[in-house]
Amino acid sequence: MTFAHLLALEVVVPLIAAPLAVLLRRSSAAWAIATAACAFSFFAALLLAAEVWANGPISYALGSWDPPWGIEYRVDALSAFVLVLVSGVAATVAPYAWRSAAAELPREQLYLFYALYCLCVAGLLGMTITGDAFNLFVFMEIASLSSYVLIALGRDRRALLASYQYLVLGTIGATFYVIGVGLLYLMTGTLNLADMAARLPQVQETRPVLAALAFITVGVSLKLALFPLHLWLPNAYAYAPSAVTAFLAATGTKVSIYVLVRFYFGVFGLRLVTETLPMREILLALSIVAIVTASLVALWQTDLKRLLAYSSVAQIGYTTLGISMASKDGLTAAVVHLFNHGITTGALFLLVGGIALRAGRPEFERMRGLARRMPLTSLGIVIAGLSLIGIPGTAGFVTKWYLVLGAIEAGRWWLAAFVVLTSLIAVAYVWRFVEAAYLSEPGARTPERGEAPAAMLAPAWLLVAGSVVFGLHTGYSVEGAQRAAALLLGGAP
Amino acid sequence: MDAFASHYTYWVTVLLMAAGLYIMIARGNLVKKLVGLSIFQTSVYLLYIAPGKLIGGTAPIVSESFTVYANPLPHVLILTAIVVGIATLALGLAIVVRIREAYGSIEEDEILAADRDGGERA
Repeated sequence: MTFAHLLALEVVVPLIAAPLAVLLRRSSAAWAIATAACAFSFFAALLLAAEVWANGPISYALGSWDPPWGIEYRVDALSAFVLVLVSGVAATVAPYAWRSAAAELPREQLYLFYALYCLCVAGLLGMTITGDAFNLFVFMEIASLSSYVLIALGRDRRALLASYQYLVLGTIGATFYVIGVGLLYLMTGTLNLADMAARLPQVQETRPVLAALAFITVGVSLKLALFPLHLWLPNAYAYAPSAVTAFLAATGTKVSIYVLVRFYFGVFGLRLVTETLPMREILLALSIVAIVTASLVALWQTDLKRLLAYSSVAQIGYTTLGISMASKDGLTAAVVHLFNHGITTGALFLLVGGIALRAGRPEFERMRGLARRMPLTSLGIVIAGLSLIGIPGTAGFVTKWYLVLGAIEAGRWWLAAFVVLTSLIAVAYVWRFVEAAYLSEPGARTPERGEAPAAMLAPAWLLVAGSVVFGLHTGYSVEGAQRAAALLLGGAP
Repeated sequence: MDAFASHYTYWVTVLLMAAGLYIMIARGNLVKKLVGLSIFQTSVYLLYIAPGKLIGGTAPIVSESFTVYANPLPHVLILTAIVVGIATLALGLAIVVRIREAYGSIEEDEILAADRDGGERA
């Protein structure tokens, strides 16, 4: 019985850590409590994942109100996978923030930064763990509101505008989601996701249900930055403080993708999504455009952080491409890509934060000959960059492998060729860093010799190592994703 | 006509929703955009609350003398949504204040023009 309470604690501990950090006020105490809370959540998520693997889904009735009347927390193969990713990245970025945030933010605001960080972690974990559609909206807003503020903390004044744009678009997205949930509630009389899935077949072909599907798709797509609804993302990532960018890039859009997948396969069901409405074809088309356009735009950026932001939009395209296949391999690719791209992009943004600390803005002009001045950072970026491309032996390759398998299985050879060919664009934009850092002479604006502080390098290299380890040793990540895919295709969650 | 009269709350909802979205797209003033956002969110409150009202219905009291109940859940949900809406609006306005401090303007085109001229914050 005590074990079951872990589901609530997973979210409640970071949620309580936030006001505690505000009350303590001292930045070192706030940092310690934020790090401890994230580490606890990670530990709890690992325990929950192990339990789910061994004994199947766990359900928890919040406040002892039995579902479907009360709010249900539910961990199954898919949500356990996402929980481990989110809390793991949170626990890695928190120690990094000690030096990074201290360098980028005013001293007297630091305790507020850690409070917001905890709130954001709690919101994202809550979105993943909850089994209630409206509760999901509340957590979505907790995560969003805190991330708007975190982005606005950036030093550049353009961070304010980026945060404002994200606030407007994010709120439209969340409101669309609520409209969709409202329509579903009108038709089924329930907010519990599993219960909703059970009742939907009776009203499946009605117009409000189809409208709900459309509203939820558009709303969540705004949140996950599906092309062409990605306009808020590049600026938000580019101007936010380094620790915030790394955390949000590795988790924020990933949790939204989880929500989309959960609704498509866990609530609406494959038949409604793929046969009544042409969602697969729409997703496929948008993913292809996203991959090509965002990768090409990334090529022309003068700033490494913006380049990686556009690359993230392209990588989201690969994930939605996997979802659009709606087959076992396609979904495995989508789910495993959440994890693989999460740690890869997290590693990259953490390392770029180190460059930003030493050189100011991470512009290519300031990175000429960087490999001689910051060898460990440069090497880390190259290794994580290889994973972004999908070179065999890195985590990114695993995703591409399953995407190609899924495409061939569906008889779409051109799609398999497309996945391989677009990886070449990624080679080109990673090459731009190699060219600047390794093949150019140091310029006047290149920083002096000296690495980023160890407190920043260590978490970053942990993720770099992760993106190699999970490429060579795919047992946990791929099997977790396969279980999640089997669960999604098996019908009700 | 009958369908129109009996579903008029939906028409009001749709009108408010479209008006709010239109303001957000058409206006360049950052505060006016937030007004549009607020109207848009308010329309959703109506979408939830209107179907929860039953003419002649009471609160769900377990007693023989009450037979027609109105569903109280939508009202409770919208109380939560209103709180979220207020928080969003407050945060949005706070960011607009900071934008005004940094750029000296709250007109979108002037701000974008200022950024093109180059822009680290002093």
